Amino acid sequence: MSISVPMRVPELEPAGTVVVGPPRRSLLSRVVGRTGGVLVQVAVVAIALFWLFPTVGLAVASLRDTADNSASGWWTVFTAPSQLTLDNYASLLQNETILRSLWNTVLITVPSTLLVVIIGAFGAYALAWLEFPGRDWVFVIVVALIVVPVQVAIIPDARLFGALGMYGTIPAVVAFHVAFGLPFAIFLLRNFFAAIPRDLLEAARMDGGSEFTIFRKVVLPIGWPAVASLGIFQFLWVWNDLLVALVFATSDNAPITYALREQMRAFSSNVDVIGPGAFVSMAVPLIVFFAFQRYFVQGVLAGSVK
Amino acid sequence: MTRTSEPVDGERTAATTTADPQPAEAPAARSETAAADRSGVPGAARGGRPRWEGRTIAVLFLAPALLTLAALVVYPILYTIWLSLHNADGSRFVGLDNYVTMFTAADVRKAITNNVIWVVVAPSLVTIIGLILAVLTERVRMATAFKTILFMPMAISFLAAGVTFRMVYDESPDRGAANAFAVAVHDMFRSPSPYHGTSVREGSLLVADADGALRTAGNVDANQPVLLPLVGLPEDRIPSAAAPAAATDAGQGLRGVVWLDFTRGGGGTAGVVDPTERGLPAMAVEALRDGAVVGRTTTAADGRFSFPDLTGDGYQIRLAGSNFTEPFAGVTWLGPSLVTPAIIGAYIWIWAGFAMVLISAGLAAIPRDALEAARMDGATEWQVFRLVTAPLVRPVLTVVFVTLVINVLKIFDLILVIAPESSQDDANVVALEMYRVSFGGGLDFGLGSALGVLLFLLVLPAMLLRIRSMRKGVS
Repeated sequence: MSISVPMRVPELEPAGTVVVGPPRRSLLSRVVGRTGGVLVQVAVVAIALFWLFPTVGLAVASLRDTADNSASGWWTVFTAPSQLTLDNYASLLQNETILRSLWNTVLITVPSTLLVVIIGAFGAYALAWLEFPGRDWVFVIVVALIVVPVQVAIIPDARLFGALGMYGTIPAVVAFHVAFGLPFAIFLLRNFFAAIPRDLLEAARMDGGSEFTIFRKVVLPIGWPAVASLGIFQFLWVWNDLLVALVFATSDNAPITYALREQMRAFSSNVDVIGPGAFVSMAVPLIVFFAFQRYFVQGVLAGSVK
Repeated sequence: MTRTSEPVDGERTAATTTADPQPAEAPAARSETAAADRSGVPGAARGGRPRWEGRTIAVLFLAPALLTLAALVVYPILYTIWLSLHNADGSRFVGLDNYVTMFTAADVRKAITNNVIWVVVAPSLVTIIGLILAVLTERVRMATAFKTILFMPMAISFLAAGVTFRMVYDESPDRGAANAFAVAVHDMFRSPSPYHGTSVREGSLLVADADGALRTAGNVDANQPVLLPLVGLPEDRIPSAAAPAAATDAGQGLRGVVWLDFTRGGGGTAGVVDPTERGLPAMAVEALRDGAVVGRTTTAADGRFSFPDLTGDGYQIRLAGSNFTEPFAGVTWLGPSLVTPAIIGAYIWIWAGFAMVLISAGLAAIPRDALEAARMDGATEWQVFRLVTAPLVRPVLTVVFVTLVINVLKIFDLILVIAPESSQDDANVVALEMYRVSFGGGLDFGLGSALGVLLFLLVLPAMLLRIRSMRKGVS
């Protein structure tokens, strides 16, 4: 179905925005158009501020101490900027639970991303360019698995990990993320790889290159944009995950989302931990967002079907 | 659904304008030709490798992926279906009991109802808002910066977004932005009464009446002033206009005084107007006779009021309820009744940027020539929108909408994080209930599996359609 097909909607800059002026317009319509334009511009700026408001609120609240946060709203900093303090962040650096959970997030996210990209790329290459019976069926089944909700697998997988003695460990969390990341990875990469001109691969094969060499020297370099998009999407997906961590990780192996969720049981008294903690956990995705905006948008738009 | 979504592939190809190969390039169109010329060539012919070698390599390349998928996705699906037909610990076959429970137990039904609300409301709102935003950004300056801001929430976790909105929805207007705003707007139209929270001096004539009003218990007459003492008004809320209460007997007709029967620093006699005690100005006073209002007035700065025209006896005095209106304390966003709409608000904040970017791309792909041609032919802007723009954008809207429906069916984190423990039952959805019954203390793997199967069945149409379009494309 079409929703499954990732769209080519790369950047946030719309294509072809150079508008050639319409032929003739009366003075009236031009005046109306211009005032309307100003109104639209004002509305757009207002909406943007409105959208920023919650995030700015979280950022400012994380810079105020608990007493201030329980006594007044974060917006009072505009009149009393002296409230701002880095104390929460300083004590966050002393908070071993939070620090360990941040490190756990890294330990979970990096292998999950690398494994999905590597295993997915090999599989996608086979499905795109190697001949074997039932290939199309395999691809169809893999694609069908993209929308499978994790809820339909967590109980058996928890039992399986328990039987293997790895329940609650980081490898268990990684394994689950890899399994549920693969269908989309294979789908995205296979379509991209299949679009590589046949001649390039044929030439490499004629030169006696092994399939592995072709994969590494021809397909991966050309398919790099798709690999990057996939990698970023998978990275964010795992970094931001809460459910899988709740089910498969013990609190010692828990990522930051899990640790913050624990703190939220007493929300207002723990704002000094939750605020800066949430902001730190947001920092990495936001850096990725601003640094790789193009791949990021592609990856997120394509992967949103999951 | 298929019918509406089918043109999308074509639309999408149209949107694909750049040269570099992209995954989005309609696989259907491409693979038709690719498959055609590939199928004719035996694998062995290529590169001079024997067929078995090619197959071995294919197996090696695919094995890690397929083994992982088989062990951790496909087999668990079957196992979950098996579990859903068994009791809590899987020891006894119970048939469809878990499914019956699912639709009869109150908390699970609530979860299903909430999921229905989510699916009906959230995707359409996000799509509509995305469309509006996309249209708005079409011709403004700095559109890219705007889109970046709106798309940013997609980068952060539901947990971080949830934390953010827990703060926005804080019940105290002093802390929560939503309530600070609600109270500001409310007070703009209806300012709170300064006398809220005051109470009646014990032993006085006043008793509570309907709507927060105070009324004299028995009848009063015009022969002497009616003394109406109140207590319990904090110093800082006494109106600055208040003058020392006057207990003068002067005047005629029904009259009296409303005052704060409290002498600072002690002293003073209850029910008597002492020298330093102050009147309560601008209090709305009504005179009643036989239950009907016969006069209305307000107190002066010294708390006095009078109805010169009313003489004789048989009256009651009432201090209107509006004098004692409690100030608006804001909305309990995360309470039982509003928690789901409130969380949907947070969801819109996260996903509107997604809808906007997709729809913008759809709008950008509309050929400007067609729009100009229609305008040249004398079509009005509305006609242009209805006859040219709308049909061309509809496929993108469908894509956005369906994607959101699938996403909303599985909504979990946002509710777990935003809804406080006290109202989590009221905000419950299927995915959350599944987690709660099987891991969050319930340990009922039978019911949990049944809920997992339910979620699976709900996304199954999307899956089947996907297979159908793939089959068309690949083979």
